[in-house]
Amino acid sequence: MPGQLRPALVATIGLVTVLAVVSPAAGQARGYRAPRTADGKPNFNGVWQAITEAYWDVEAHAAAAGAVLELGASNAVPGGLGIIEGAIPYKPDALAKKKENYENRLTLDPEIKCYLPGVPRATYMPYPFQFIQTPTYIMMVHTYARAVRTIYMTDHKDAPADSWMGWSNGHWEGETLVVDTTGFLDTTWFDRAGNFHSDALHVVERFTATSPDHLLYEATIEDPNVFTRPWKISMPIYRRLEKNAQLMEFNCIPFVEDLIYGHLRK
Amino acid sequence: MFHRFVAATALAGIVTALLLVAPTAAQTRKWTVPRTADGQPDLQGFWNNTTYITLERPKGVTTEFYTREEALQMMKRAADEEAEQTEPGTIADVHYDFTQFGLDKSQSPLALNLRTSLIVDPPDGKLPPLTDEGRRRAAARAEARKRMGALTDAVQNQSLMVRCILMDRNGPPMLAGAYNNNYQILQTAGTVMILVEMLHDPRIIPLGARPQLPQQVRQLEGSSRGRWEGDTLVIETANFTDKTAFQGSSENMRLTERFTRTSEDTITYRFTVDDPATWTRPWSAEVLWKKAIGPLFEHACHEGNRGLYNTLAGARAEEKRAAEKTPK
Repeated sequence: MPGQLRPALVATIGLVTVLAVVSPAAGQARGYRAPRTADGKPNFNGVWQAITEAYWDVEAHAAAAGAVLELGASNAVPGGLGIIEGAIPYKPDALAKKKENYENRLTLDPEIKCYLPGVPRATYMPYPFQFIQTPTYIMMVHTYARAVRTIYMTDHKDAPADSWMGWSNGHWEGETLVVDTTGFLDTTWFDRAGNFHSDALHVVERFTATSPDHLLYEATIEDPNVFTRPWKISMPIYRRLEKNAQLMEFNCIPFVEDLIYGHLRK
Repeated sequence: MFHRFVAATALAGIVTALLLVAPTAAQTRKWTVPRTADGQPDLQGFWNNTTYITLERPKGVTTEFYTREEALQMMKRAADEEAEQTEPGTIADVHYDFTQFGLDKSQSPLALNLRTSLIVDPPDGKLPPLTDEGRRRAAARAEARKRMGALTDAVQNQSLMVRCILMDRNGPPMLAGAYNNNYQILQTAGTVMILVEMLHDPRIIPLGARPQLPQQVRQLEGSSRGRWEGDTLVIETANFTDKTAFQGSSENMRLTERFTRTSEDTITYRFTVDDPATWTRPWSAEVLWKKAIGPLFEHACHEGNRGLYNTLAGARAEEKRAAEKTPK
């Protein structure tokens, strides 16, 4: 029967589909099926934002004073339970460097200079980001510093050059967008607490819709130069529900020029 | 003279390409615009808007179009000038060699076009006369700039381009610069995104009846809203800042951009600037965008802006040295 599927085959396809949907990855909410794009993939288009104290520190931490005296409580660090299980498995030297980074965060944190945020930090900065999803490219556009990640869905290749935001190859596993990113520079941090990586960083992220307005975000972070073993983070990401939700321009370079170049003024 | 060879080779490429383009009207009509899965005209892909044509018609040129021979001569002259920029021992040679790294226009994807100016209206190919207000503002801006002192006195004295804040490729309107005039267009059901490679700048344009941002919210690149008119994507942009000042415009400039895919490898990009506070009438320009090969790379301009730092630091060091030499 050319052009028609036999009933048994249809049943088999149906069964495979059901299995794909109900055998979720660890942590995936069972049974939720996201609305689809024209090409039948879970539709992540829209404006999203993480709401987490990981902006300040991905590890569990108590509230603390901020680093700028004049800003008082407005710049204090709220306590947070962290987005990882336990502590980051730093090698001893790396742990010492992390502490040094923390002590000198006002001069070393790339966020303060409006530098590109890197991965996974871009995902959980206190700004909205937008998914622009097509079958071949998925763009993650971040408000902060206008950082853009291109996720190559079909044309997978090794990073042609190192970059701040890395080189991302993606694929769908049922309800989950899996993004594998390498090709990083060693210039970005994980948070405002000095947690860091080397250029050997490798991040595998999993985005899974758990309701129309929530994504579960999970990432495995690997860097043999800095960590004794791979470690994982996870958190929800929330849809911005305002009717007019949109990314606003945040070209932060003019905001930091006096900080970076002010001492060179005549 | 490797770069001379490169430029000459590239120019031979242009000549060949020019002989192959300029399809007849009948050929153009046969081609139909591809569609996305949800039926929009498909503008997606990688594009490049490099051109040798200047915004305004050059002095002495009176026709709207060059003959093919005139166009080739104009391009050859321009390509030669690009190659000369990198002549060893010249000041221009301090910059990296554009031709060696394939960054010059003759080695870019180049949509061929016989126009003598990008401006198509007014018909003389020139910007319209300034209004009195436009003239006063231009004088006031020049005066304010003078008061700020030399380029190297403070970072804010440098151009937005040098500071990695805004370049001509970003616009809007988006116009080519010397190199890297690369764009990627993506379309979803309610949104068009134009990724400008320079400054890793994602223009996100919502489609449909969404209102503009409130009047008091001003952005360097304005606020853009899009819609389809037939097969043409129309983007209206307002809410610019006083700093944007495109060709001397006011912050109340209203910009209309029109993207029409006119062949498999060409988008015709036409824009109209309406700014009665600056010009006596609206004006329009047209640029052809040529299909290019991806991917776009991360242009971490601000992060790597050693040139700006060194320019300022060098000026301070020279002042210090001069002061030390002056007898007390």
